[in-house]
Amino acid sequence: MVKSGTIILNTAARFLMPLQLMFSVFLLLRGHDEPGGGFIAGLVAAGAFTLYLFAFGVSATKEVLRMIDPRDLIGAGLLFGMVSVVPAWFVGQPFLTAQWWTIPVIDFKASTPLIFDVGVYLAVLGSVMGMVMALMEVDKDEP
Amino acid sequence: MQLAVLMGFVLAASSPLLNRWFGHRASLVLALFPALIAAWLVSQAPAVFNNGPLLLEWQWVPSLGISLSFMLDGLSLLFGLLITVIGACVLIYAGGYLKGHVDIARFHLALIAFMVSMLGLVLADGLLTLFVFWELTSITSYLLIGFNHTDIEARKSARQGLFVTVAGGLALMAGLVLLGVASGSWSFSEIGQMESDLREHALYTPMLLCLLIGAFTKSAQFPFHFWLPNAMAAPTPVSAYLHSATMVKAGIYLLARLQPELGGTTLWVGILSVVGATTMLTGAFLAIHHTNIKKLLAYSTIMALGTLTMLVGIGTDYAMTAFVTFLLGHSMYKGALFMVAGILDHETGTKDVTAMGGLRPLMPITAAIAMIAALSLAGVPPLFGFIGKELMLEAVLGADGFRALLILFAFSSAILTIAVAAIIAVRPFYGQRHETPKTPHEAPFSMLLGPGLLAFGSLSLGLLPAMLGGDALLSAAATAVSGQPLAVSLSLWHGINAALIMSIVSIALGFLLFKHWDNVRAKLSLLAPVMRHGPEAGYEGLMNGTVRFSEWQTRLLQNGYMRNYILVMLVVLIALIGNSILVRHTPQLSFVVDVRFHELIVVGTMAMGALFATISRSRLASVVSVGIMGFSIALIFILFSAPDLGITQLLVETLTVILLVLVLFRLPRFSNLSTSLERIRDGSVAATMGVLIFLLIMTGWSIDQFESISTYMVENSAPLAHGRNIVNVILVDYRALDTLGEMFVLALAAIGVIAMLKLRHDASGDSKASESDKNSAKEPYDG
Repeated sequence: MVKSGTIILNTAARFLMPLQLMFSVFLLLRGHDEPGGGFIAGLVAAGAFTLYLFAFGVSATKEVLRMIDPRDLIGAGLLFGMVSVVPAWFVGQPFLTAQWWTIPVIDFKASTPLIFDVGVYLAVLGSVMGMVMALMEVDKDEP
Repeated sequence: MQLAVLMGFVLAASSPLLNRWFGHRASLVLALFPALIAAWLVSQAPAVFNNGPLLLEWQWVPSLGISLSFMLDGLSLLFGLLITVIGACVLIYAGGYLKGHVDIARFHLALIAFMVSMLGLVLADGLLTLFVFWELTSITSYLLIGFNHTDIEARKSARQGLFVTVAGGLALMAGLVLLGVASGSWSFSEIGQMESDLREHALYTPMLLCLLIGAFTKSAQFPFHFWLPNAMAAPTPVSAYLHSATMVKAGIYLLARLQPELGGTTLWVGILSVVGATTMLTGAFLAIHHTNIKKLLAYSTIMALGTLTMLVGIGTDYAMTAFVTFLLGHSMYKGALFMVAGILDHETGTKDVTAMGGLRPLMPITAAIAMIAALSLAGVPPLFGFIGKELMLEAVLGADGFRALLILFAFSSAILTIAVAAIIAVRPFYGQRHETPKTPHEAPFSMLLGPGLLAFGSLSLGLLPAMLGGDALLSAAATAVSGQPLAVSLSLWHGINAALIMSIVSIALGFLLFKHWDNVRAKLSLLAPVMRHGPEAGYEGLMNGTVRFSEWQTRLLQNGYMRNYILVMLVVLIALIGNSILVRHTPQLSFVVDVRFHELIVVGTMAMGALFATISRSRLASVVSVGIMGFSIALIFILFSAPDLGITQLLVETLTVILLVLVLFRLPRFSNLSTSLERIRDGSVAATMGVLIFLLIMTGWSIDQFESISTYMVENSAPLAHGRNIVNVILVDYRALDTLGEMFVLALAAIGVIAMLKLRHDASGDSKASESDKNSAKEPYDG
């Protein structure tokens, strides 16, 4: 199928992927105030890995993912989503009521919506990567 | 108490672990739990007797008025004690019965879960709490009937039990909701203290019918009785516990609980006493057909359940006393008899009473227990069952409505019951010794303890009814059922009266019937063709019909072709949307829209892309033109200053194109599959859909029914939700629950796609897959 692995693509992918990943984290963190957010960030990250996938193939991408199965990412995403529901319970508010804490030294606003957003990020990334990798693996089998 | 019930679920979940730690002694350890609860209930008993119901409040969903409050009055105390004491007996018994079974942990899990669900059911004060526990008992019963899951009959019976009880549960839910609406309260204790009379409420009849269907299915009343004998596919401890002593009495419990508020009307008395009496006679009559000892007992349980329903229906003070006495007596002797049946089955390897005989010298203790319990079943003095039966007959004699019918039915059932009791107590133990599949010997102590205890209870409570607070307990229970103070004082001797004479005559006739049982059975088998048209046939017909209907509609609507699915969906949408905007509401259109030139260009590009995608004969070109459409949409988002949506659209478009490209290579060569007629059809459906959506948007644009919610979101996004990006605040805060749901949908969709692809992948051969893995490391995508 795709005759990939040209020098330009390989080189570009090698440098672009970390940048894209960093950008996705940036989008994730600033999402509450500026354009961005978990969904978009997840898509950007998925795009980064997909680019790498096109350049180097499934096995190499798996190595980059450090053997983390995309399906586990989906599960982790859902878990984060569910976990963010709980803290409100401890302060006697209905489930899903947002809780805000400020981490003093770096003046960072931590919150349950952020945990939730991380969940969205992971679920989106896992879903897209899972589907793309499954498709590529099928292709690989049938020359 | 609530904690104890919740703890029970934790205990159920940890039972596999306990089984690993304690081995075959796990049953004993687990039996401590119901024993402790029973001890607690006993310790609370004096307070309940003296001060009335005990309310243990516990909020659950306060915003909806749903509480996990428990109410402990006489009735729930009686039931609670039955559940926990018999539960402990059954657990110990099961330890012997299922010794060495591989799945004993699973059994413990389901049994304990059932026990606490049942406990929750009888203690629940909230209507909806009761419903939740009610359904939990149905599910755990399903798991327990289907315990031998490799047996197709067991699975079928489990499913049947589940369908019947859950269908009834649905009716029950409707009934409880109606009750809640009619009374304005969601708790039994509040409804009980209400001034207004629910019997005169407009919703009384539908509410009562729904509640009765729920209770009747659960308690196996005619015509829903057929699932109970089939449920005997469960291991015998389960039959002893669920299908005679506790779960099937849940319906009876509900009736008793509702009797003070809803009882006493003509409708109530009529339905309950006639259905109860019919069930009673049906159960007793069908019992003597069977030689399988468990089926015999099951039908005799149906008879007892019918009796209880009838007694609640009659509703006089005498009937209430009889109700609680009969309930207690039945649970004790029937539990013991089922466990005896289990011992016989376990030791001889057969369930057929005609195949057993002369076992008394080999198993003297079992024989003694069986004799005591069966005498109690038959209602012979000085056993507790005698008191229960005596009171029952007196209640029937004093009934207000349908007296002749009830007397006739009760008397016939009494005769048949005595025959059943004699069959169980005499057939296996006396007479000639038969060869059985296994060589029988006396059961182990663990299996004798439970039935022995229950038989002892039947005997001692019969001799001294006031002992162990029996009178006090039953008084409190009868008070709860009748709704006004009622003192029960039991005694064996009631003097020579009509009931006693009926008893004596029925014992004589019943014994005669037992003597000629074999002949009678042969005669009855002639009735078999008629019996096949019973309610069970109706159930089977309904089930098969449902399967056939679903096969037909699956063939029609879901034939596996994507184009067919889309067509069906669009046609349905057209019908629904068309109906609502053209027929139900006249469209109010205004085409005064402020359009700029550059917007027109973008829209034009979009339309061109869409058009080209449909007419192009190259897949790649189609993908590209769909992409053009998507990017134009992104542009529109950006023009209308929604950067988030724009970015999302761009990214989604990019990924879609990538996915499509990956798929494209796998498709067969492009060809025309549809005729031109089909294409005209599809085209017109698509065009209609487009026009309708356009109309919908224009309508939505021109009518202004509701105040826009966006002002609120804009104003509160920063102060309340600490975020300036409103889109994101909506996603993760205002509408976080929706997003959570969407995350699950996304995950499910992704897993579905992965599974489908992997299935094909695996089908093409694993060896090849691992080989190509190695290759691809060196040479990626050499496809």
